[in-house]
Amino acid sequence: MTVVANEAAGSYHLLKVTPADGRQLPEMVPGQFAEVDVPDSKTTFLRRPISINNVDSADNTLWLLIRKTGAGTASLCATETGAKLNIVLPLGNGFSTAATRPLLIGGGVGIAPLLYLARKYNEKGVRPTLILGARSKGDLALIEEFETVGDVFYTTEDGSHGIKGFVTMSEAFTAEHDLIQCCGPMPMMKAVAERARQLGVECEVSLENMMACGLGACLCCVEQDNKGHNVCVCSEGPVFNINRLSW
Amino acid sequence: MVNLNVNLGRLHLANPVLTASGTFGYGREFADFIDLNELGGFIVKGTTLEPREGNPYPRMAETPSGMLNAVGLQNKGVDYFIENIYPQISGCKSQVIVNVSGAKIEDYVAVCEKLAPLDKIEAIEVNISCPNVKQGGMAYGTTTDGAAEVTAATRKAWPRHLIVKLSPNVTSITDIAKAVEGEGADSVSLINTMLGMAIDVERRKPMLSTITGGLSGPAVRPVAVRMVWQVAKAVAIPVIGLGGIMSGRDALEFIMAGATAVEVGTANFIDPSVTVKIINEIRDYCERHNIADINELRGII
Repeated sequence: MTVVANEAAGSYHLLKVTPADGRQLPEMVPGQFAEVDVPDSKTTFLRRPISINNVDSADNTLWLLIRKTGAGTASLCATETGAKLNIVLPLGNGFSTAATRPLLIGGGVGIAPLLYLARKYNEKGVRPTLILGARSKGDLALIEEFETVGDVFYTTEDGSHGIKGFVTMSEAFTAEHDLIQCCGPMPMMKAVAERARQLGVECEVSLENMMACGLGACLCCVEQDNKGHNVCVCSEGPVFNINRLSW
Repeated sequence: MVNLNVNLGRLHLANPVLTASGTFGYGREFADFIDLNELGGFIVKGTTLEPREGNPYPRMAETPSGMLNAVGLQNKGVDYFIENIYPQISGCKSQVIVNVSGAKIEDYVAVCEKLAPLDKIEAIEVNISCPNVKQGGMAYGTTTDGAAEVTAATRKAWPRHLIVKLSPNVTSITDIAKAVEGEGADSVSLINTMLGMAIDVERRKPMLSTITGGLSGPAVRPVAVRMVWQVAKAVAIPVIGLGGIMSGRDALEFIMAGATAVEVGTANFIDPSVTVKIINEIRDYCERHNIADINELRGII
C-alpha cells in the first residue's frame, strides 16, 4: 500500500494508505484490524496490529490512527508520503451494527475504530451517541469527523475538554441505549463493562492483547472466555460481547 | 527444470520446505495466503492426549530479530484433531505431519496409537524439546537417557516415519541426536526454541507470565545452523533444519550445513505467504547457479 497522507491528529498520526496497484480495497467491517509491517526498523520484528479508523471508498483510502508507543509505531508515524507499507487486512471479526440506539465509547487511541463504526451506523440511518475519553485535550483526535457522524460527549482526566473524569461518569452513559461498544485501555473497558452490566445494557469490547501473527496461528494474544478457555483475540475477536469473557 | 524433491528416508517431499509446529496452526489459517499443496509439507501444532489451555497471558515478547513465546502447547487434543481437522486436510497433496507432545511417556504412546490408523499421516514429529511446559517436553530432551526413552517408546507405537525434534538447550546436541538415532528415530529436526527471558524495566516485571520462554526468529539462526552442521556429521539419519529461516537464502544455509529439509516457523507470523516465496527462491538460486538437483547442495560445508 502507498502512503498518500501522514497527518498529525491530536497527539497521534493519521496515515492514509491506498493499494499500490490501484486495486479496490476489500470490504471491511468496523472493528477489524490491519497487521502493518514496520519498514526499516533496527529493533522491531513483528507487524503492528492497527485498527481500521475509516475507509474512504470515494478515494479508495484506508485510514489508520496510530499512537507512538514504541519503536515500531514511532517508525510508522514517521512514514513519508509516497512510502510503501506491507499490510495484511482485514483481520478479526468486528463490531455488530444491528443496534438502533448504540453508545460508542472510546478511550485514548481506542477512539480509532469508532469513526468507521459510526459511519456504518449512519449508512443504516442510525446516529450513534459517542463518549470519547482521554487524559487531556491533546489526546482527542478527529473531533470534527466524530461530530459529523454522531452526538459526542467528552471526558478528560485533567478536565481540559468536556467533563473532568472518566467515560463512566458521562451523562450519556445511560440505560437508554440498546448496545454499548467500547475500545480503549483495559482498565477503562473493564469499568465500562461493569457499568453496562449494572445498567442491563449489552456490551461489546475490542481488545488489543499483544499479537504476533494476527491469524490465529501463534496463540499468543489469548484472553480467557467464560468457560475458562483461552481464545485468540486476533481470530475470535478482537471484538467480544462481555458475556463471552471471564470478566 | 530444477529437482527439488527430497527424501527423508522413505518419506518423500516434493520440496524441502516444511512449516514448523506451532507457527502454522492446522494449515487452514494460511489457506487464504498460499496453496498448501505447494509445500513440501506442513507440521501441525503440538498435539497432546488431552486438550491443553496453555500458559496464562502474556505469552509473547518481541525481542531483537526474534520473539519469546510461552504458549505452553495450547491445543484441543488428539481426538479433536482426528475428528475435526484430519478430514479437512487428508486430501492435501503435501505431507501432513503431526507434532506429538506429552507430559508422560504413556501420553506420547497413546497419541501415537490414536494417530497410527490415519493413512495420510506418513510421519510424526515427536517433541521432546518444548521449553514451556512443566512436565515432559524439554525435560525428556535434555538428557540422553530421557531422549532415548521417549524415542524407544514412540518407535514401538508409531509404524511410519518418526522425526524427533531436539532441544538446543543442552550441552551436547550431538549426544542427544545419537541417542535418538540409536533408538530407531528415522530423522531428527532441530532446533526447537532457545530458553530465554526478557524484563520490562519500567514495570520491573518479566515480559512473560512464565518468566522464561522460547526464543525464535533470525536471532537464533546462527546457533541453529551450527547445531545442524554438527548433528549432520554425527548421525547417519536425515536432519531437518530450522531456526529463524526468513528466506530461500536462509534455508540454503541449513541445506549446505547438512539438512535434507527445513522448517519455516516464526517467519509465517510476519509474512503468511513466506513459505511459497522460500520455495521459489530456492529454485531461483539453483537455476542461477546451474544446480540441477537440490540434493547436490546438501552438506557441502
